[in-house]
Parts: sequence; C-alpha cells; structure tokens
Amino acid sequence: MGTVVTALPTLGLVAVAVALSFYEGLGLERDIGVAVVRSFVQLAAMGYAIEYVFGLESVGAVAALLAGMVVFAAWTSARRARGVPRAFLVAALAVGAAALATLGLLLALRVVPATARYLIPLGGMVIGNSMNAASLTMLRIQDDLAGQRPKVEAALALGATSRQAVSPILKTALRGALVPLVDSTKTTGIIFLPGAMVGMIIAGADPLEAVRLQIVVLYMLLGSVSIAAILVGLLSYRSFFTARHQLGTVARGE
Amino acid sequence: MGRPKIRVSGLRYAVGGVEILKGVDAQIPDGAITAVVGPSGAGKSTLLRAVNRLIEPSAGEIYLDGEPTGGMDLLKLRRRVGMVFQIPALFGASVEEAILYGARLAGLDADATRLLEMVGLDPSLAAREPETLSVGQQQRVSIARALTLEPEALLMDEPTSALDEAARGRVEDLTRELNARLGLTTVLVSHDLAQVGRIADHVILLAEGRSVGAWDRDGFFLGAGERARRLIAGKL
Repeated sequence: MGTVVTALPTLGLVAVAVALSFYEGLGLERDIGVAVVRSFVQLAAMGYAIEYVFGLESVGAVAALLAGMVVFAAWTSARRARGVPRAFLVAALAVGAAALATLGLLLALRVVPATARYLIPLGGMVIGNSMNAASLTMLRIQDDLAGQRPKVEAALALGATSRQAVSPILKTALRGALVPLVDSTKTTGIIFLPGAMVGMIIAGADPLEAVRLQIVVLYMLLGSVSIAAILVGLLSYRSFFTARHQLGTVARGE
Repeated sequence: MGRPKIRVSGLRYAVGGVEILKGVDAQIPDGAITAVVGPSGAGKSTLLRAVNRLIEPSAGEIYLDGEPTGGMDLLKLRRRVGMVFQIPALFGASVEEAILYGARLAGLDADATRLLEMVGLDPSLAAREPETLSVGQQQRVSIARALTLEPEALLMDEPTSALDEAARGRVEDLTRELNARLGLTTVLVSHDLAQVGRIADHVILLAEGRSVGAWDRDGFFLGAGERARRLIAGKL
C-alpha cells in the first residue's frame, strides 16, 4: 500500500480543480470528489490484482483469467447490442477467436514470452479492443438492417441470398469498426505517442525496446480487431435471417 | 376462370404472437390483373410477401402452377415471381446497375436499354444515379428491375401510393401494357378503388386477415361485390 500512498501528494492538483469549481460556481466539487476516490480505489485494487496475477506460474491460471475476460467482454457487448439475436454467443466466439489467434501467434513466433506479465496486459488490450469492435459492428448491422429494410427485401425478392442482400450493410459496418484503428495506426508517432510506450520510456525502459513492443501491440490490435469485426459481421447478420433467406423483425438499436 | 396461376389455401401468418393472416383462400387467374383490396390491417401486403416467401406462413400453402411453394428453392421461386414495392428501394451506382441487379445474380444476360424502353423511360437515364430520378421514374425503374428476370407473375404492393397523379397514371398504363404485351399475371395490392376500377380484371377482398370474397371487376363494382365494396369503402 505504501507505494500507492506516495501518489497522494498529487491530491494538491485535485484541490486546484475543486477550488476552481467552487469559485466559478461550476457545481462539480462532489463529482470531482467521487472521481478521485473511485479512481484511487479502483486503480489500487487493480494494481494488487495485477501483482497477484503476475505471480501466477501456471499457464492454465492465465488462460482461465483470459477466458474470464472474454466472457465479461462478450456479456458487455451483448448488453450493448440487445436487439441482436444470440449477441452473447456471437461476441464470445469473435472476441475469443481474436484473442486466441493473436496471442497464439505472438507466442508461436516467440515475439513475447509465455508469462502472465505479458499475456495478461496484451490479452486485456486484445479483448477490450475486440469487444468495442464487436459492439460497434453488431449495432451498425442492426441499425442498418432496420433502416434499409426496403432495400434488403428488394434484393431478396430479386433472388439474392441473405448474404448477398446484406453485403453493402456488412461492408459499411466493418469499415466503421476498422477505420478508427487503421487511422490511429497510420498516425502513430506523428500525431500521438501511444500511452503504453510513453509509460515505458518514463519508467526507464530503452526507447527502442518500448518502440518494439508498441509495434507488436499495434499490429496485434489491427489483427485482432479485424478478426473480431469480420467474425461478428459474418455471424451476427445471419441471426436476423431465417435459413430460407427471410428477414425477421429488426428493432433499431439504442 | 381456368387453372389459377397462384392458389392460396388456408394461409395463416403470425408474428410476435399477433395473427395477421387468419385463413386466406384465394385464386389468382393466369394472365390477368388481380387486385387485392381491403381495409388497413387486412393483411394485403402480408399476403403478397407470403406469395414471394419473404415471410414464412404459419399454416396453409401457396401453389404456383399447382406446385406447393413451401418446398421450392426460394431463390428460384423469387426469380419466377417478381415483386414491386411501395418504395422503389433502388441500389447500385447507376440506373443500369440497379436494373441489372437480379439478372447479374442469376448469371443472366439482360439489356438495360431495352428494359428502360419497355417501361417508357429514356435509355439515356441508364448512366444516371438512381437517386437523381423522380420517384415516379424510380418506380418504373423498379418495375424494369423486376422484369429483368422475365418473371411469370408480378406482385405489386401499392406501387403508386407514393406517386403524384401524373406518375400514378403512367405506372397504371404501364401495368396494363405489360399485362397485355407479355400476358404477365399481375397481383396488385391497392387501397385506391378508382385505380382498381381502371386496371384490374379481378378483385379479391380481404378483411381482418381473412378472405371475404372474389369477383371479376364488373361483379365487384356492379354486382355481388357492390355490398362488400360499400361496406369497406369508408375504411379504404
């Protein structure tokens, strides 16, 4: 706890924010207080959890933890995409496959060692980003199917399969899920420096080693998000159609 | 009436626990224009969508040339029975692409110029973006799109309800002309009794998800159907 407590003097900076809010009548003092307490408790708890997890020797325990993260991510994604039939299953399959493929490749190519110190944070990034891509893709497909129902049914009526009829919607949804990551990857090092790399450099790591790891992270995220978005796209649109190429009821997303 | 092109028998359809079709029996004569009329919520559009199997009936059967459609390859069925919707819903970068969509899926050769001429549009429109056409022109393009597959029957779901009077007249003339030239069996859902009087040969009346009766046009407007027509006219 001692290490974490040494961060407390920075509360002086929070006092500046509280004072500003008070003098300008912004009414944010209570919110700032809640934010400070919550962030301290949450980060401290996370730090101790990570310290415990990093001490795990068993690969099985690490895999179980990653599997738990996938389930939680799928649950979160499915809650977001409530109108998508079987959303939990679709998200779990897509996020799980993305995590398995990317982490498996990193291990197989010996890019990172098979230790909790690497697998848990990298897995967290993969799973978190894949979850966002899954949610975005499912919501976009749902919204577009609801909004473009006449076009989809016109295509079906002309003898298109459900896959053919939904093709333009699928393309738009996948682009929407992938473009932000592709663009941020393009501008890395010019417009912004990724937080992980900055953190490593501040912590005293060799800048080139920090860059190497950042490149691994970027490419890993590109791969995993693409896998998750494509799998979610291909699996989720099917749940709106019958096997006989009939479009069921589609509610607009929230 | 000879052998019907389409026969509907005991058709029921429910969605979300609500029964929309509660037992429809109907016969669509071959080579004629048959109007399906009835008050709002009678199940007219639902019946049309069931014929094309865009929805799956809960019970009953629909026959095309005597063959049950329930067991057919649905993609082939939909190519045999074309459909025109209330909203044209064209897609593709050009009118030509929009017209040829179904033909390209089926691997068929089709001539967009000939089809545009067939629906009374200038072939020079082929290169235009579909959205730049008037709604009336778009609806005629959607009819051309349905014709690319040379369907045996054409289902038209209130095709003129979004059009102004002039455009409506052109679509009505086109419907009659296609029927006369191609002998195309046509099923027209309409809430406009005057339109039904202008172009339909036969009339089927639905109410509250059930078939109430069927007449030829004169029978509907002058004879046995008169009472039924007056009965629903206020609700149409």
